[in-house]
Amino acid sequence: MSEPVTVRLTVNGVAHEGRCEPRKLLVDFIREDLGLTGTHVGCEHGICGACTVLINGEAARSCLMLAVQANGAEIATVEGLATGGTLHPLQEAFREHHGLQCGFCTPGMLMTALDLLRVNPQPTEAEIREGISAVLCRCTGYHGIVKAVEAAAKVLVPAKRV
Amino acid sequence: MKPPKFDYHAPTTVDEAITLLSRYGDDAKLLAGGQSLMPLLNFRLARPAALIDLNRVEGLAGIREVDGQVRFGAMTRQRAIEFSPVVARRLPLLVEATKLVGHLPIRSRGTIGGSIAHADPAAEYPAVLAALDGEVVVRGPRGERVVKPADFFQTYLTTTLGRDEVLTEVRLPAMDGKAGWAFEEFSRRHGDFALVGIAAIVAGDGARCTMARLATAGAGPVPVRLRAAERILESQGLGDAAIEAAAARAAEIVEPDSDLHASAAYRKNLTRVLTERAVRRAVTRLGGR
Repeated sequence: MSEPVTVRLTVNGVAHEGRCEPRKLLVDFIREDLGLTGTHVGCEHGICGACTVLINGEAARSCLMLAVQANGAEIATVEGLATGGTLHPLQEAFREHHGLQCGFCTPGMLMTALDLLRVNPQPTEAEIREGISAVLCRCTGYHGIVKAVEAAAKVLVPAKRV
Repeated sequence: MKPPKFDYHAPTTVDEAITLLSRYGDDAKLLAGGQSLMPLLNFRLARPAALIDLNRVEGLAGIREVDGQVRFGAMTRQRAIEFSPVVARRLPLLVEATKLVGHLPIRSRGTIGGSIAHADPAAEYPAVLAALDGEVVVRGPRGERVVKPADFFQTYLTTTLGRDEVLTEVRLPAMDGKAGWAFEEFSRRHGDFALVGIAAIVAGDGARCTMARLATAGAGPVPVRLRAAERILESQGLGDAAIEAAAARAAEIVEPDSDLHASAAYRKNLTRVLTERAVRRAVTRLGGR
């Protein structure tokens, strides 16, 4: 039915509950209802990748999912990457290698790269380029992002992953 | 850009989904992985009265081997197929095609049943279904039926799936362990729908071709089995001249349309070029893996 529904989910290990219309997109629920605006909303049709989050450990577009569908799911967003004041190695690598400029695509780029490195901890440059082609960046020309993911792969293996 | 209002239902059984479909008639949409339907809703190109979400239906996802077939529950994610050892062993063509479906974050949600039921003419899975001559299982109020690809795809985004029916399973015959395979496609940007794609499977020993299967994506309103081109390979072998003749024949068979992405003539030429590439690459994989 189209009446409001209750949505219970975990974001970055914290349990949240909210009520929204069934048509509410997950990305809007995360940003508007939970106030976690680190996840960006770009094209709203699955092309740009800015809204990419991890859903039960797998990167997915939060604009192509309804909040109600995430009931019971564990979500990871960019806010969950840093520990206290310490950046995640992937974030550190993005800073070090000029992997961002305006920052709009960065949340999606980071979550996509995180998934990529879990699936393939030692990717080749070509595999990195293929992996991050899931997210559009209009500033850096991707070169710095590729360098950052390469550098992060070196740091993260065999170190613990998030 | 937000979806229009709809009644939302999340049935836990296929029967419940069928009952809901019957109740809404033409005015309900089934939601599988949502990687095509959600954009249509966000753009409000689709405005169904009801959305029937299949994601909570029990037992609708999974991969199992039965009687020489690999059977996929309709809600099996493309990502699960990409990393499945069974699929890698039995259906390497499907793994190669899967890696061309969107991007990994799309494949995390997108499903095999959704892709086939959506019937985008440029999508990879319908072409693989056609090349392997698999079948889909469809369930409705009058029971279950098993449908071959030629009887399933009708035209752009249109299948013979009844408005009160649910595609529940996709069955693909396991490939011959000594066959070669390739999925070749051309798109302007990585992850985009292909302008044309070709699925190829060949068996034989180079000079002799005992079996050839070729099917298209994007070269017409539905996936097309290139039977006349297959026969050229099966009668003339897998040498250069035969491959070129089969590719030329492939371009004659297809009847693509022109659109803003590519002209019909360009798509015909791509059909020839990609058929040649796909068969050549399939030949390099002959003899076991």
